[in-house]
Amino acid sequence: MDLRPRLTLAMIIYIARRLTQGVVVLLAVSLICFIIFRYAGDPVVTLAGRYATLQEREMVRKAFGLDRPFYIQYTRFIANAAQGNFGKSFVSRVPAFGLIIERFPATVELATSAIFISFVLGVGLGVLVSLKPYALRNRFIMAGSLFNISMPTFLTGILLIMVFAVYLKVLPPFGRGETVTIGFWRTGFLTWSGITHLILPAFTLGMYQLAVLLRLTRAGMREVLTEEYIKTAWAKGLPPMKVIFKHALRNALIPVVTMTGLQFGELIAFSIITETIFQWPGMGNLLLTSIYESDQPVIVTYIMLAALIILSLNIIVDILYAYLNPKIRYD
Amino acid sequence: MNNHSHLLLVQELKTYFYTFEGVAKAVDEISFYLDKGETLGLVGESGCGKTVTAMSIMRLIPEPPGRIAHGQILFEGANLLELSMKHMRAIRGKRISMIFQEPMTSLNPVFTVGDQISEMFVLHQNLSKREGWEQAVEMLRTVQIPSPEKRVHEYPHQLSGGMRQRAMIAMALSCNPEILIADEPSTALDVTIQAQIIDLMMQLKEDFDAAIMLITHDLGVIAEIAQRIVVMYAGKVVEEGQTLAIFEEPKHPYTRGLLKSIPKLGERSRYGRQRLQEISGIVPSLYELPPGCSFCPRCPESMAMCQERVPELVDIGEAHRVRCWLY
Ligand SMILES: Nc1ncnc2c1ncn2[C@@H]1O[C@H](COP(=O)(O)OP(=O)(O)O)[C@@H](O)[C@H]1O
Ligand SMILES: [Mg+2]
Repeated sequence: MDLRPRLTLAMIIYIARRLTQGVVVLLAVSLICFIIFRYAGDPVVTLAGRYATLQEREMVRKAFGLDRPFYIQYTRFIANAAQGNFGKSFVSRVPAFGLIIERFPATVELATSAIFISFVLGVGLGVLVSLKPYALRNRFIMAGSLFNISMPTFLTGILLIMVFAVYLKVLPPFGRGETVTIGFWRTGFLTWSGITHLILPAFTLGMYQLAVLLRLTRAGMREVLTEEYIKTAWAKGLPPMKVIFKHALRNALIPVVTMTGLQFGELIAFSIITETIFQWPGMGNLLLTSIYESDQPVIVTYIMLAALIILSLNIIVDILYAYLNPKIRYD
Repeated sequence: MNNHSHLLLVQELKTYFYTFEGVAKAVDEISFYLDKGETLGLVGESGCGKTVTAMSIMRLIPEPPGRIAHGQILFEGANLLELSMKHMRAIRGKRISMIFQEPMTSLNPVFTVGDQISEMFVLHQNLSKREGWEQAVEMLRTVQIPSPEKRVHEYPHQLSGGMRQRAMIAMALSCNPEILIADEPSTALDVTIQAQIIDLMMQLKEDFDAAIMLITHDLGVIAEIAQRIVVMYAGKVVEEGQTLAIFEEPKHPYTRGLLKSIPKLGERSRYGRQRLQEISGIVPSLYELPPGCSFCPRCPESMAMCQERVPELVDIGEAHRVRCWLY
């Protein structure tokens, strides 16, 4: 007997439809990127150099196909982009994609730690608070979360650095610490120094999400706990752990998981402020430098990658949502 | 009266709710009993404390705002109100189980029917998950759900209201409980489905040899199946007796009112409910009960003294008791 939910035809069609939508959105983003790339400033000047003669410029225009019609150029841009080829950085003269990918692990590890911390603490505290909403301790937690939501990231970061790095001197104030390279992936998870360096930036990045997830979990749990099926669960004689963590939390988690997934994409894509405060060698930091230096290929690569990540996560979240919510899965 | 001779004996139970508006005496000194294998009807209009009575027996009153302020609930002689939560959990679902009014919302929407039924076997009979599922299929078969092997994998929203209530019954009966409390099990369903559910419950009651406490505001349902009836009004028992006695000679004006509002067979469909005689007025708010008999403001036979003093429950015949100044 199969005890697990099965992958149904309806679900396969659902996933296929979401993937198609994703591709369409990605194409739209690429078109915008292409227009920025092609028309914000003349690429011929950039490629041939400021002091090239008219003839040289014409040669470059021909050689790079910049004299061809718009749609042919765009198709080539797409074909290149699909292979991760967005041209070379104007500043460092190496492929932009390589530059970004090199910084990718640092950002992913930071965002993953942040989302992990905020999910575990947010859901845990949210459940705790929902069980006794009027207890003094829980009122403090709620007030704290409100404080957190209204505090800007840079302030959180600076306060954490002041307390834990400057005053208590228990955690390093900036950088990524020692890393270990496995294949193309440079990880900070495997060294003690890497982990201690991760703590403050991860908390800074995840603090806001923690508060949001806490409040979402609490609201969801309070609503679910008044449902009839929870009375049924108690009436069955189930122990509190089963009633709360199986019957109630599973229902309350549906919006929380959706939110977490969506926020994860945003944390990866927009960790710029945190990375800057902690001098974290990630994509956000690179993007900021590239914007100062008008390094278009790097910016475009970043935008495309961010779009891809956010879209993929959106699709994963939708599938997860369908998995958690049988009503969607079967309709 | 020997306390141990009854399967369930509720004595002077008071369950109060402490709210901003004041104290709601939802259940106010109720006493009744339930014998082995018996079917007892608990009737009264909506809001008179039937569900609170049932939830008190299960010890599922939300605290706060609720509290069982006084009384005893003896189950085979042991007071449920004095049990630890751990011992109470071993009784809930296993020896006393309950089904609720709303089949639409009383099953958890994110778990399959099989998951929810098998949970009972895993919890109370130490079966493995797999064995629990096999038993769940058997239970679905018992409650006459067609192709149970398939249905066991379905989610509540894939079942009709009647089927969900059958699944609830399957769940409630899965551990062979001694008492089944059914809180308006058919009220939310279509008339034809209602009859099917009641028939099913009565048939299973024989097979499983359980005592049933059937809560309803519809005396018509009770007439066919209950041996005894307890009539409640505003948290108090107003009349209690054998079904036959109460139907032939209702004593309390409230009971008479309820009886007049039963639709006759056929009338229900042809003319609808508007031809029925309803009791005039509405159930009073528990926060502003009159000082005397609670039913007095609506009573066609009220007297001067009814407004002043609450009548006692008095014996007026063989196991027939009534709370009214007329007797
Ligand atoms: N959670 C609660 N909080 C406050 N009052 C309640 C609560 N539950 C029930 N009551 C009170 O108990 C009264 C009886 O309710 P109930 O037992 O559900 O009636 P019914 O006979 O329709 O099942 C209600 O009118 C209400 O005043
Ligand atoms: Mg009720």
